[in-house]
This record gives sequence, structure tokens and C-alpha cells, in this order.
Amino acid sequence: MHVSTMPVIATQDLVKTYHLGEVQVRALRGVTVSLDPGEFVAVTGPSGSGKSTFMHILGCLDRPTSGKYFLEGRDVSRLSKDELAAIRNRKIGFVFQGFNLLPRTTALENVELPMLYNGGVRTAERHKRARAALEAVGLADRTAHYPNQLSGGQQQRVAIARALVSSPSIILADEPTGNLDSRTSVEVMDIFQMLNIEHSLTVILITHEHDIAEYATRIITFRDGRIVQDRPADSRRIAKRELAAMPVEESV
Amino acid sequence: MSVFMIFRIAFKSLGRNKLRTALTMLGMIIGVAAVITVVALGQGAQESIETQIRAAGTNLITVNAGNFNMGGVRQGQGASNTLTVEDSRAIRHEILGVQFLAPGVNTRAQVIAGNQNWQTRIQGTDVDLPLIRAWPAKYGGFFTPQDVSSAAKVAVLGGVVTETLFGEEVDPVGQIIRIRNQPFKVVGVMTKKGQAAMGEDQDDAIFVPYTTVQKKLSGQQHINNITISAQSANQVGNTADQIAMLLRSRHNLLPGDTDDFMVRTLEEMASVRSEATKTMRALLASIAGVSLVVGGIGIMNIMLVSVTERTREIGLRLAIGARGSDVLLQFLVEAVALSLVGGAFGIGLGFGVSNGLTRVLEWPTFVSPDAVAVAFGVAAATGVFFGFYPARKASGLDPIEALRYE
Repeated sequence: MHVSTMPVIATQDLVKTYHLGEVQVRALRGVTVSLDPGEFVAVTGPSGSGKSTFMHILGCLDRPTSGKYFLEGRDVSRLSKDELAAIRNRKIGFVFQGFNLLPRTTALENVELPMLYNGGVRTAERHKRARAALEAVGLADRTAHYPNQLSGGQQQRVAIARALVSSPSIILADEPTGNLDSRTSVEVMDIFQMLNIEHSLTVILITHEHDIAEYATRIITFRDGRIVQDRPADSRRIAKRELAAMPVEESV
Repeated sequence: MSVFMIFRIAFKSLGRNKLRTALTMLGMIIGVAAVITVVALGQGAQESIETQIRAAGTNLITVNAGNFNMGGVRQGQGASNTLTVEDSRAIRHEILGVQFLAPGVNTRAQVIAGNQNWQTRIQGTDVDLPLIRAWPAKYGGFFTPQDVSSAAKVAVLGGVVTETLFGEEVDPVGQIIRIRNQPFKVVGVMTKKGQAAMGEDQDDAIFVPYTTVQKKLSGQQHINNITISAQSANQVGNTADQIAMLLRSRHNLLPGDTDDFMVRTLEEMASVRSEATKTMRALLASIAGVSLVVGGIGIMNIMLVSVTERTREIGLRLAIGARGSDVLLQFLVEAVALSLVGGAFGIGLGFGVSNGLTRVLEWPTFVSPDAVAVAFGVAAATGVFFGFYPARKASGLDPIEALRYE
């Protein structure tokens, strides 16, 4: 065992049980896992396998019934709602399947949104950081556009910029390609790979599509509330290479 | 998040659906405008009563024969024969606070001048009346003490009577008019004074010496009323009490007997009228208040719809780090912004309608700063009150459920 940096995420025996009237649903039945900074992890599994519940707990949207969750070494499994909100604001960047951009609000303002809930960021600083985040996802020329003026891929890139903007410890992407066609999916995965490699960002990708999971460096498979497989991606797909091979299209 | 930011976000989201925002505000606008207008009308009425009272004369005390509550038989004021000229003389000589005094004997009669005729009030009075009422003559002058002692057939005409019998802007001094077929010489015309505090037209009357009415017209010995002015405003109450005591002893009333006269001051008469308008005003204001509540319910309704519609937005805000209190504040501020902007427009509209009523219908109105402040405050309170429930609903959403909401 070599001396490594502290894991960015470590869970110990996470259990989550829902009570739906008389019925108990055991969504997670003891999950212990550790993720290092800079990893690109895909979490897969059929629906009902517990991967969504796992993501909600990692994203501090929900608390485990029992077990512990350390985010950058800090136990966050028993924090209050407001404390969790602060953690989400500073440590976690979310990317959703449905983009969840505010309508009739420019790309720049959408990206600025998390900083509004982070007290001390001044207006000038906010604009600067939001612009930098949009630049990082290749949308420097779309800052004043409204979501309905952007393609699906571009909207998802705005959402990624929004997740990036407060320099979080992890990016949690929940089926980010679910609403996109295959070429655009590859484009979005290219962004994630680029952020992971060039900015050494930790990315956790929740997906039920096996071919999308292959863009990660490590694939964790859930079934019935447990991890059934945890392996490195043996034949990793590189989005940039695939895009180069694709016939050139007019982007939508 | 700074207050400024919160307001900016609120106005932004209100701006996203302008038509709906405008329609929601309309309820508030109408409510506030209604309150402002009604209060302005009430204030205007109050002011005009006060103006009338001031016009009636200063430090005024009136004594009427009879009493509304005398014995089992209720009679109109001035209808009984309990007051005499001797009573009025006693008041003049025995009570120090009295400055001017005029006994009154009233009757109605048909008046003829040339080929015109007119049914009007014949007011028998004394030379002090113009002094008591601060009422100057327009043409000629009032009759003299000699006219009174000789029961002369002289008449001073009110403005309406002059216009009816002789036409506008005609000086009838020196003309002869016939009252109950007796010739009277016109010696003067009074300036126009308008409605009195109790509503009768003061200009529709002919003034003659009270002795003339007693001896030449109605033949009655008693008098109907006495009009008195006190020497100063702070003596009015005291003087009125002394008059009442003097009359009780002159009329041999025992303790416990009801007065057979009524002494009233102008303040009392004014307060009766004010009470009546106050009741009316309260009624109208509460109706206007109801429309304010309806406006508030409109805001609540639209905020509830808005919370449901924006469930995903709320989920997103919570996911990226908004606390429940941030979301609560955002929706509360939206509701308050709706009601405040609506309130501001409503105040403007209220001003406009009040002015319009004054200009077109000549109803007196007065928009007081107090009313504006209260309306604005009530609008804000309505926003907070009706905005709180939807805002709390929004802040209590579970982020996971909210993000999944379709």
C-alpha cells in the first residue's frame, strides 16, 4: 500500500431504507467505496439498482439511514439541511439529464446562479468566473444566448459550465446524455474527458448505458442496492478520437 | 444573498411573464385605488362640512322651543310655544358671555313681486343676525332697531329669492313686494351663503323684524328660536350651560323635568353630521377593503400556480446550494413586489379617480398623505400575508422530488 492522497469520497457501509407505508424499500444495503481525486468513475446498473439513491447521497441531496460518508475527509452524513446546502454549493457540481437551465435567462446568468447563493462573490468576479467556465466548455461566443436559442448539446454544455463555476470537488452527472443524440453525446463526453484530464476534475457519471460508461476510467456496477462489480475500464473510449473519425456535420 | 440580489431575481422572474404579472397586479391596483378614492371622498365630505360650519357663523349657540323628547309627544324643534321674547331679553341681560342675540319667529308665505311669485321662508329676526352669522349685505343693508320697535314692513331678501323675483344681478332695493298681500319695502339683499349645516338653503329666505311677523303676519306671541353668539370660542360651552339653567328657572322646571327647549352649539350639530358621514365612510372603506383582500387572494393564487410551475427551478436552486430560507425569501419578495408595484399604481389611479370625481361631478375629495401611507402599508402587508403560504410551500420542497417533477 503506497502513500496516496486522501480520497475525495469515502463511504462506509451506506444503508438507505425508504418506508413507503407498510413496505420497506432497501435502496442501499451497505455500500463501501473510495474514490480518489482525478478519477472518472461511471456508476451503472439497471433501474432500481440503487445507483440513483447512491448519487443523491453523494450529492448531499439526501442522508443515509446508516453508515458514513466522508467528502474530502469530512463526515457529511449527519449534517443539517442548511449545512448540506452549503456543501452542495461549494463542493458539488450537478449535471442533469434535463439540463435544468432557467428559461428566459442568458447562458451567462445561468452559469452565475450557484455564486448567487455563495455570499461573498462580487458581481465583477461572478461575471469573470462564469465567462471562464463557458470558455472551458467552448461556449465563449454564446454567453448572451437564451436556452431556447441553443441546441441540446450546447444547453448541456452550459449546464456543465454551471457545475464547474464554483470549482467543486466533484462533478456529479446524472444521465447527462439521456436527452441527446449519439453525436452530441460524444461531444458532451469529450467535454467531461477534457475537464477530467486537463483540469484533473473528479467526475462521477451515473448512466445505464454501457457504451457511455466506457468513457470513464473506472466502472462501478450496482445491483439490488449493492456494488456487484468495481473494475477499471479495460477498453476506454476516447471521445476526441471518435469525434475526429466522425463525418463532419453542421452542428445543429 | 444580498437584499438587492433577491429583489433583482424577483423582478426578473416577474418580468418573464409580463401579462400574468400585470393581471395579478390589477387586483391590487383596483383594491388600493378603491381605498384611496373612498377615503378621499370621505375626507372631502368632512372638509366641506367643516367649511359649511365655519360659514354658519362663529361661536354660535341656538335655542329652540320645545324638545324632541318632551313628554310622550314628540314634536319638531321650534314647534312649541315655550319660548318668549322675555326669555331672550333675560338671556341678553343676565348672561355675561353673550355677545349678540336675535330672537327668531318663522313662518312660510307666498311672496309676490310684479308678475313673479315665490313660496319661501319668512324669517323674523333681530338686527344682530348679520353680526352673529358674519353675513354681509350685497345691496342696501339690514333693517334697523327702529324698524324692529315699530314692527315696520321692511324686508331683506336672500339671494335665491332676489333672483327668482327680480332676476340675477338686479338691485331691488326700494322695490315693493307683497307678503300675504301686505306691501313690504325691500331694504337690502344678503350675499349668497349656500347650504347650512343642517341642509336647508340659507339663501331661500326673507328676513323681516321679528316684531313684524308677530304683529302683522302670523299673530303669534311666542318665538320659535333664539340665535346667540358667545363672546369667544372657549366660552361657548359654558354660556350654553348658563342659558339652559336660566331658562329652566324661568320656566319653573323642577329637577328631573325634561327641558322644554333645546340649547345646541354648532359643534354639536357638526358632530351629528360628522357621525353620519363617518358611518358612511367606514362602510365604503370596508367595501374597498374587501377588494384589497380579493386582490391579495389573486396574488396568492398566482404564486401557488407559479410555485407548481417552477418546481424544477426550485429543485435546481436547492441542488446548487440555495437554502430553504433563500427560496422562501425569493417567493415572498416576488409576492411583495407584486403587491407593492400594484399598490403604487393603485395610489396613482386613486389620485386620478379622485381628481376626476372632483372635476366632473364636483364632489369634494381630499387625498391625505396618511391614506396613501396606510394604503401602501396595507398593500405590503397583503403581499407578505398572502405570499407566505406559497413561499413556504416552495421552500419545503424536497430537492430530489422537485428535480424529477415533470
